[in-house]
Amino acid sequence: MLLALPHGLSFSQQEILVFLTINVLLVASYRLLTLTGEWSLGHVVIMGVGAYASALYSKHFGVPVPVSMALGAGTAALIAMFLSYPLFRMKGFYFLIGSFAAGEIIRLLWKRFRDPFGGPKGLKRIEPMPDFDLGIWQFDFFEPVCYYYFALAVVAFCLWLMWRIERSHVGLTFHAVHWQDKLAEAAGVNVRAYRTLAFVIASGFAGLSGALLAHYIGTINPNSFDVEMMVFVLTWAIVGGTTTFYGPILGCIVLTILNEIVLREMGFEQARPLIYGLVLIASILFLPKGLESVVQRLVRPRAEKMEERP
Amino acid sequence: MTVPFLEIRSLTMRFGGLTAVDGLSFQVEHGAIHGLIGPNGAGKTTTFNIISGFYRPTAGQVRLRGEEISGLHMHEVARRGVVRTFQHSTLFAELTAMENAIVGTHMSFRPNIFAAIIGWDAEDRRGARARAEEALDFFGLLPLAGERAGDLSHGHQRALGMVVAMAAHPDIVLLDEPFTGMNPEETKRMMELMLKLRNSGVTILIVEHDMHAIMGLCDQITVMNFGRLLAEGTPKEVRTNLEVIEAYLGGARHVA
Ligand SMILES: Nc1ncnc2c1ncn2[C@@H]1O[C@H](COP(=O)(O)OP(=O)(O)OP(=O)(O)O)[C@@H](O)[C@H]1O
Ligand SMILES: [Mg+2]
Repeated sequence: MLLALPHGLSFSQQEILVFLTINVLLVASYRLLTLTGEWSLGHVVIMGVGAYASALYSKHFGVPVPVSMALGAGTAALIAMFLSYPLFRMKGFYFLIGSFAAGEIIRLLWKRFRDPFGGPKGLKRIEPMPDFDLGIWQFDFFEPVCYYYFALAVVAFCLWLMWRIERSHVGLTFHAVHWQDKLAEAAGVNVRAYRTLAFVIASGFAGLSGALLAHYIGTINPNSFDVEMMVFVLTWAIVGGTTTFYGPILGCIVLTILNEIVLREMGFEQARPLIYGLVLIASILFLPKGLESVVQRLVRPRAEKMEERP
Repeated sequence: MTVPFLEIRSLTMRFGGLTAVDGLSFQVEHGAIHGLIGPNGAGKTTTFNIISGFYRPTAGQVRLRGEEISGLHMHEVARRGVVRTFQHSTLFAELTAMENAIVGTHMSFRPNIFAAIIGWDAEDRRGARARAEEALDFFGLLPLAGERAGDLSHGHQRALGMVVAMAAHPDIVLLDEPFTGMNPEETKRMMELMLKLRNSGVTILIVEHDMHAIMGLCDQITVMNFGRLLAEGTPKEVRTNLEVIEAYLGGARHVA
C-alpha cells in the first residue's frame, strides 16, 4: 500500500509525502530519546548536524551521496556524544534548557562561519542522489516518487532497527531508567551510560533524517532547523502520545495530513504555527494520552474478544 | 588476621549542620544476617545510602573484602555484589513484575545493543527470564508475573523489591525495613525466606523496626542512636543491654 501510495497524488503532494517519510524517522528517533525520560529541545538541530555534515562530505570530499548520509548520521551521533557530557549532568527542566542552549550554539556556529557552513544563507546546490540504473528500473532521484521509495526504504529499515532495540532488554533498561533511575542503578545499571546511549542512537537517526532532507531539497540553512521545527516535532510526539512506538508516528502522519491537505486546500497555510498551537492545547486538554490511546481503545477490546474464543 | 567481609570504618555523614551518621564503625561477617537497628532518625537509612554508594560519606570508609567502595557510584557498588532495597516501595511501577525482575538480572546478562538488533541475544534473554522467574518463584510472585508492579498489593510490592535485588545474585543485600506493610503471616513467610537465602550463601544486612523479626532472624545486631554506635552483640546481649532499652524507651514508639 505504501508503495502504491504516490501514484494517485499530485506532484506537490508527492513532495509532501517525501517530507512526511523523513519526518516520521525524525519523530520516531525523538521518541527513542525520550524513552529514558529526558526531553531534548535540540533534536532538530542534531538533525541539522546530519544534514550539514552529509552535504559537506559530498561537496568537499566527493563522498558519494548515500555514503555521505551514513557518515552524516555518524557525525550527528558523535556530536551528541560530546554534548552528552555536559548535558547529562542536568536533569528534567535543566536538561531541557541545556539542550536548547546547546542547539542554539550549534546554529550560531553555522551562521557565524561562512566557510564551510555558508553563513545565514546556508548551503546551496547540495549534491543530489546520483541516478541509478537497475536495468529494468531507472531511478531519477529528482522525481519525488523515486526519492520517496528510497527514503521509504531507509526509514523502514531504521524503524525496524529502533523497534528491535526497544523490544530488547536494552529497551527494557531504557524504560527502567525512565521510571526509577535509583532502583535501576541499585540493580547495577549505569544510568548515565544508558541515557547517553539513547541520546546518541536517537541523534544518529535524526542526523540521517536530516541527510535525507538535505539531499532532496538541495539547500539548507540554519533556519531550516530552528525552534519552530522543534515545536512541530514536540507537537507530533505529544499529540500522538509517547508510550507506544507508533504514537509519535501517528501524530506526525495525522497532523501532516491535517496541515498539508486540509489547511493548504483551504489556504490557511500561514497559520500553521497557530493551528499547531491550538491542536497541541486541544490534545493536552481532551486527549492527554495522545492519539495512541484512541487506537489502543479500538484495538484492545477486539483482541480480547479473540482471545476469549477457544 | 582475616579481612572482614564488610567493614564500616568511622563513617560520618553531615547534611549541613546535621550529623546523621557520626563516626560509626562496625563489621558484617560473611554469611551472617546482621541487624542494624535504632530509633527513628538514628541514621540507618543514611548508613545504607552510603554503603550502597548513593551518598559519598563526609568522612570514613566502607570496605568490602578489604577494598574501599565508599565514593564509588551506586552501579559500581552493585557490580561488586552489594545490592540494596529501598525503605519505601521503589519499583518500576509501569513495568510488569516479570520486567522488574528482568531489570534485576542486568548485571549478569548485560544487554548488548548490537546483539539485540541482529537477534543474537536470544540466549541471554532466555537466561535472564529464567533467572527472573526463579527469583519471582522464590518469593511466591510467579503467578503475578504479568501484573503491573504498581497494581500489586503493598506486601507484594515489598516482596517484588526483594525479587529485583535477589535476581541480581548479590553477595550481600541491604534490606531497608522489608517487613513494613506486611501482615504477620507475610512477615513470617518472609523471615523463613530470608533464612533460606542466608543458607544459600547471601549475607544480609537488615534495618527493621519489627523487633520480633529482628530478634528472631539476626546472628548479630548493631544498635545506633543519633548516628553513633550504641551497642553491638547477639540478639540476647542487645535485648538486655540497658543503654539500648533506655534509648528505645526514651524516644521511640517501636519497642516490641
Ligand atoms: N538527604 C538528607 N538531607 C538532610 N537531612 C537528612 C537527609 N537524609 C537524612 N537526613 C536526616 O538524617 C537523620 C537520619 O535519617 P535516616 O533516614 O538515616 O534515619 P533512619 O534511622 O533511617 O530513620 P527511620 O527509622 O525513620 O527510617 C534524620 O534526622 C534525617 O532527617
Ligand atoms: Mg530509614
